Amino acid sequence: MRTRLPLLPPAHRSRVALGMTAAAAEGRFELQRCAACDAVQYPPRETCHRCLSDRLHWQLVGGGGELISHTSVLHSHDPYFRERVPWRLGLVKLDCGPVLVVHLHGDVAPAPQRLRVGAWLDRAGTAVLVGLPEKDVPNMADDRQLRELTCDPKFRKVLVTDGKTAVGQALVSALAQAGADLIWVGHSEPWKHVAGLAAVANLPQVTLLPLDVTNARSVAETAAEIGAKVDILVNTAEFHRAQGIASRHGTEVARAEMDVNYFGLLRLAQEFGPAMRARAADGPTSATAWVNLLSIFALSNFPAHGTFSASKAAALSLAQCLRAEMQPAGLRVINLFPGPIDDEWNQLLPPPKIAPAAIAKAVIAALRDGVEDVYPGDVAEEWRARFRDNPKVLERELAAS
Amino acid sequence: MTARAPYAGVAIAVPVTEPYVRYSIRSAHWFVASVLAKLLQQSGLEKLAIDGLCVSSFLLAPDSAVGLTQNLGMSPRWLDHVPMGGASAVVALRRAARAVQAGDADVVACIAGDTNHVDSFRATLGNFSQFARDAVYPYGAGGPNASFAFLTDYYMRTTGAQRADFGKLCVAQRDNALSNPLALFKQRLTLEQYLVARPIAVPLHLYDCVMPCAGGEGVLVMSTDRAQSLRLPYVNLLGAIERHNAYPEDPIQMRGGWAVDRDDLYAQAGLGPADMDLLELYDDYPVINAMQLEDLGFCAKGEAPQFIRKNTFTTTGTMPLNTSGGQLSVGQAGAAGGYLGLVEAVRQLTGQPLGEAVPNARHALVSGFGMINYDRGLCSGALVLSRGDA
Repeated sequence: MRTRLPLLPPAHRSRVALGMTAAAAEGRFELQRCAACDAVQYPPRETCHRCLSDRLHWQLVGGGGELISHTSVLHSHDPYFRERVPWRLGLVKLDCGPVLVVHLHGDVAPAPQRLRVGAWLDRAGTAVLVGLPEKDVPNMADDRQLRELTCDPKFRKVLVTDGKTAVGQALVSALAQAGADLIWVGHSEPWKHVAGLAAVANLPQVTLLPLDVTNARSVAETAAEIGAKVDILVNTAEFHRAQGIASRHGTEVARAEMDVNYFGLLRLAQEFGPAMRARAADGPTSATAWVNLLSIFALSNFPAHGTFSASKAAALSLAQCLRAEMQPAGLRVINLFPGPIDDEWNQLLPPPKIAPAAIAKAVIAALRDGVEDVYPGDVAEEWRARFRDNPKVLERELAAS
Repeated sequence: MTARAPYAGVAIAVPVTEPYVRYSIRSAHWFVASVLAKLLQQSGLEKLAIDGLCVSSFLLAPDSAVGLTQNLGMSPRWLDHVPMGGASAVVALRRAARAVQAGDADVVACIAGDTNHVDSFRATLGNFSQFARDAVYPYGAGGPNASFAFLTDYYMRTTGAQRADFGKLCVAQRDNALSNPLALFKQRLTLEQYLVARPIAVPLHLYDCVMPCAGGEGVLVMSTDRAQSLRLPYVNLLGAIERHNAYPEDPIQMRGGWAVDRDDLYAQAGLGPADMDLLELYDDYPVINAMQLEDLGFCAKGEAPQFIRKNTFTTTGTMPLNTSGGQLSVGQAGAAGGYLGLVEAVRQLTGQPLGEAVPNARHALVSGFGMINYDRGLCSGALVLSRGDA
């Protein structure tokens, strides 16, 4: 039997409508609000429908509303939906004003009915609105339509590229707890004993695999062995040393950082990418996501860890390329931008630092919510806010810190 | 508000149809041209005598009415393009009538034509409007079926309408279509067949949905003097309304612009709903028939289901409705769907129906409804026509 080829839902949007996608990529439900008259409007447009001002801002809005009408479409004009009918849709009057057409979760009872609306990225990476039951119901994430929008690790096979780090081990435990079927855990230099790895290896879902992302042959061999089975790849391999330019002589450390943090990602993407793209429509547990452990310093250089920041900036740029190349198959590339992790390489940095378990939790949440960019923890969130506010000011602040 | 001037002295004549086909390899331009050719042939006018042109079509792109003047070799001194889908005929007639009254044009050809290639309907849906592209099509790509499913679901829940009520309208229109040689649907439809048809977008089933096709419709608008000198049977325009984006604050469309303007319509016409001998209502889905029966004053709001149960809607029965079969039984030829009712009404009132005649037809009401831009149809309009006084 032929593996189904991946189809995408209609992705074409006007430029102004992509504002909703920008917010949904970070897990927020935002609509346009007029700064002049406070009207909230949807569908997006470039001027206010009430006062015609163009001072429109994308702002968080409450998702509460009433389902006023619903349908289940059995005939669709689009190949993606044709494969997926019946497809439930709702018409919702949002408490803050606008009327929305939404994808309707199977557990929302017939209209009239209170419900909550959120914005999610669909397979095409474009934001769509979803109507959910007002309160959580058991196994809500298993809804057939919702699962099209998420990358839930439940029932899926996952590769964690480096199980020797604290983050890698926390992730393996969290994935096991989240219901992953099978977890391959990479470990370079298998002769080296590392604390915690044995405990992880004892989990019934886990299989250890020798994998060194700096070694092209190792990556190729691992991909040949399991590449056609991996549904979610989480790249936790990371090389991190402190210092910037002047305090260290030569380029050896910077090369090592690039070799793992940048070229490691490139090697993995070249070897695992094609098979994952080919399996993007392979039933309910298809290949679905690729997760990169980046750093908040990828956005703006932290001179005290200057070469590390540079390698993460390179990885971010490559991850954007990877995202563009995975998109036609509907595979989500999730980038994590944590602040300093509470591990040995950040020993000298003062708190707050993010615990490996918190990063693991953020990854699971991002997979479940289908979010694209994640800023876990207080430090990451604050720096993200500063970056959004004014990147140049942040550059000066980081230089002084 | 200024009292509206009457449409005195305006004649609508020469109802023509380019027969409908399910699919065509012709362009929309061809359908417009062939309607124009029929208008000339049946009026006996030379092409250059047509000094006004009003065109409606979804699939003319990249052309508009302007390009058509060269395409068709015309030199009109009055030109309009009415891209309003199902409201095209009503709006076109309002404008053409005023042009003729004012002397800006002597004879206006009002034409709608569209083609239908195997894949053109799908292509139209995805780019129907900015809002449709951004906020409707990505949601299941159900097209107008899904939009009208929302309205039908709400209408049924709030009024108690049953599927059998809508079915009665569909069955009656099919009965009407059986005598129309141009209707694409030629088999009788029973209520039983209607009820067991496959679901398309719940609560809509197969026979609730219009079938896209290719075809064209047109009429000539001129002065009554001109029509008489040409010995053309004609009808008079007694009243006309249009309204766009009515009741924007309604969370879901339960009424259209007809409810805003119907008093104006009947006052201008000097007639009321009870005076109408036939109704040509815009009928891409039966729920919109029900809404128009209410908004145009044939019954109270929310009482169309009872009204439907009390009438037959057949051409020779009570409250003759969509006597050609309507779009639901003739087919929806793009923008020409907006003209179907007008052309049929002119045929009935001038004593030249293609099929069965409405006995003693003197007054007709023709409505239009169009352009589901996002969650509702934005354009609505209506005409009151009377048999010509010649």
